[in-house]
Amino acid sequence: MTYQNPPMPPRKSATFDDHTLAEIRRAAATGIYDIRGGGTKRKLPHLDDLLFLGASMSRYPLEGYREACGTGVTLGTRFAKKPIALKIPITIAGMSFGSLSANAKEALGRGATLAGTSTTTGDGGMTDEERGHSDILVYQYLPSRYGMNPRDLRRADAIEVVVGQGAKPGGGGMLLGQKISDRVAAMRDLPKSIDQRSACRHPDWTGPDDLEIKIGELREITDWEKPIYVKVGGARPYYDTALAAKAGADVVVLDGMQGGTAATQDVFIEHVGQPTLACIRPAVQALQDLGLHRSVQLVISGGIRSGADVAKAIALGADAVSIGTAALVAIGDNDPAYEEEYRELGSTAGAYDDWHEGRDPAGITTQDPELAARLDPVRAGRKLANYLKVMTLEAQTIARACGHNHLHNLEPEDLVALTLEAAAMARVPLAGTDWYPGKAGF
Amino acid sequence: MPVFDLAATPLRALNQALHGVAPGANDTEFEVLNPRGQHAVAVGIDGPVTVTVRGPVGYYCAGMNDGGTVTVQGSAGPGVAENMMSGTVVIEGDASQYAGATGRGGLLVIKGNAASRCGISMKGIDIVVHGSIGHMSAFMGQSGSLVVLGDAGEALGDSLYEAKLFVRGSVKSLGADCIEKPMRPEHRAHLAALLDRAGVADVRPEEFRRYGSARKLYSFNIDNADAY
Repeated sequence: MTYQNPPMPPRKSATFDDHTLAEIRRAAATGIYDIRGGGTKRKLPHLDDLLFLGASMSRYPLEGYREACGTGVTLGTRFAKKPIALKIPITIAGMSFGSLSANAKEALGRGATLAGTSTTTGDGGMTDEERGHSDILVYQYLPSRYGMNPRDLRRADAIEVVVGQGAKPGGGGMLLGQKISDRVAAMRDLPKSIDQRSACRHPDWTGPDDLEIKIGELREITDWEKPIYVKVGGARPYYDTALAAKAGADVVVLDGMQGGTAATQDVFIEHVGQPTLACIRPAVQALQDLGLHRSVQLVISGGIRSGADVAKAIALGADAVSIGTAALVAIGDNDPAYEEEYRELGSTAGAYDDWHEGRDPAGITTQDPELAARLDPVRAGRKLANYLKVMTLEAQTIARACGHNHLHNLEPEDLVALTLEAAAMARVPLAGTDWYPGKAGF
Repeated sequence: MPVFDLAATPLRALNQALHGVAPGANDTEFEVLNPRGQHAVAVGIDGPVTVTVRGPVGYYCAGMNDGGTVTVQGSAGPGVAENMMSGTVVIEGDASQYAGATGRGGLLVIKGNAASRCGISMKGIDIVVHGSIGHMSAFMGQSGSLVVLGDAGEALGDSLYEAKLFVRGSVKSLGADCIEKPMRPEHRAHLAALLDRAGVADVRPEEFRRYGSARKLYSFNIDNADAY
């Protein structure tokens, strides 16, 4: 008797899945790697893999909506004459004018101001609209130095020396010619319509010792008033944090792998750096080893989406978090209302990432005046403020449940991990145990 | 004229005094003694002050100068006149790495030699070097002019945008997308004006060669992959 296979559907390779096959065909047809915006799309260990231990007997919870839970944070307490006091520990990350429309930048400023927090410039320099709509504005000092001038340094509230970015630690940027309007070109001292490369390293220093001297120069120029942040991409978080602190940073901004970008190579976004979850504890450790934890503030970014993420990052030792992609979604990025147009662009709402092409139907990642006009900066700013306040309320709810009257009283002991990977990265016990990988004595 | 002896007075006092000069003030000339290689001397000047520094300075002297005239009677460390916006900076000795980096305006004159990466990412500044310059100078130079009376090192003008380069001596090698270009009358006139502004009287524009961008790398093209 012979055996006959029952009818089976064809089986595709897990290694050569449909996406991989399509990418191979695309590369073969076009001769160029995929450049896109956004951040990582594949699943990575994340803060979702942690859980809070609400209070019952061994801890005493606070009453929601009744007992106060503080949310304020002051950044830049180490050296700056004028530290920044924020009402909430959630800031808006640097995103450039050029990559984003002027309306989008205005909306971010409006939303942040309504919520009592700061926003940040980006690679394109500072615009008057941005300064005008942001009560607290952090000015990025970037390798490209596009638009850099001492006048804007002086009218900033803090200076962020950008050394790396989570989506592309070690990489520069590329703003394609189609997004270079007259105004963007003028701000960047470059001709219109050509691809504008943002350098991967600062042209006038070559390491942490030079950075220390550079920070000294920036402080002298601004009369030691402004807090100096140093932003690093999440790749070697212990050493980069330690060196940034050694160089004199008031604040270290650590951007994990899930951080966004305006445009870079897909292969870079998906394969360089470490997940945000894996970066926090080594950075905190570095500051603790130097005796600088809490006196040099740590801001964590890269895939922060909810109050739970905020609370978890703070519990692991951060002083604040920063959001970029989530802020863009809040003001209307990838809105399903534009689904038909996303489909015409070969995408769908929730997956649109060709931000570098300047054809964003939501009017956010574009310099096309007609598209940009679709975004109402007042309404969008209101939405961002709502979102920031919801995140803060969520984080407060969790903190109260853990018995804390300030978000900064959250601690690693409030957390357990769902997976071995998360336990190892966050250095908190695997749920149901008192053990995590790497912990001595077990 | 205010005199700041940095052997006795903190640098902070000097920079604060320079920043505190009110528009229209009469007392705008400063003298700095004993700089002894200190970093960030006379940075962030925001008006038409004149500063004479008697001795060598460290990193970032006259950084982000906007309208001032700074003369260093000695050599300068790395990053002199970085991101200058306007005004004039004169180094009577040699300058170290990345002189005039990212400068957006004004004139930087180096009467000696400049080390590597002179004018890197220059964005409108004019730089005149009486001596020679090191490797990778004017890398990613966007606009402005770099004039070299001596020789240039390797990879001059690599990935150049619209900066104009004039070299009187030899060039060890040109960087990616940088080519020699013909000297037309308008270029000779432009160069003559620069030499005049820099106080160079004994050389003629005809003695220089002009270099600029081939503009082949301005937009990404996979067929240029060998150049990246």
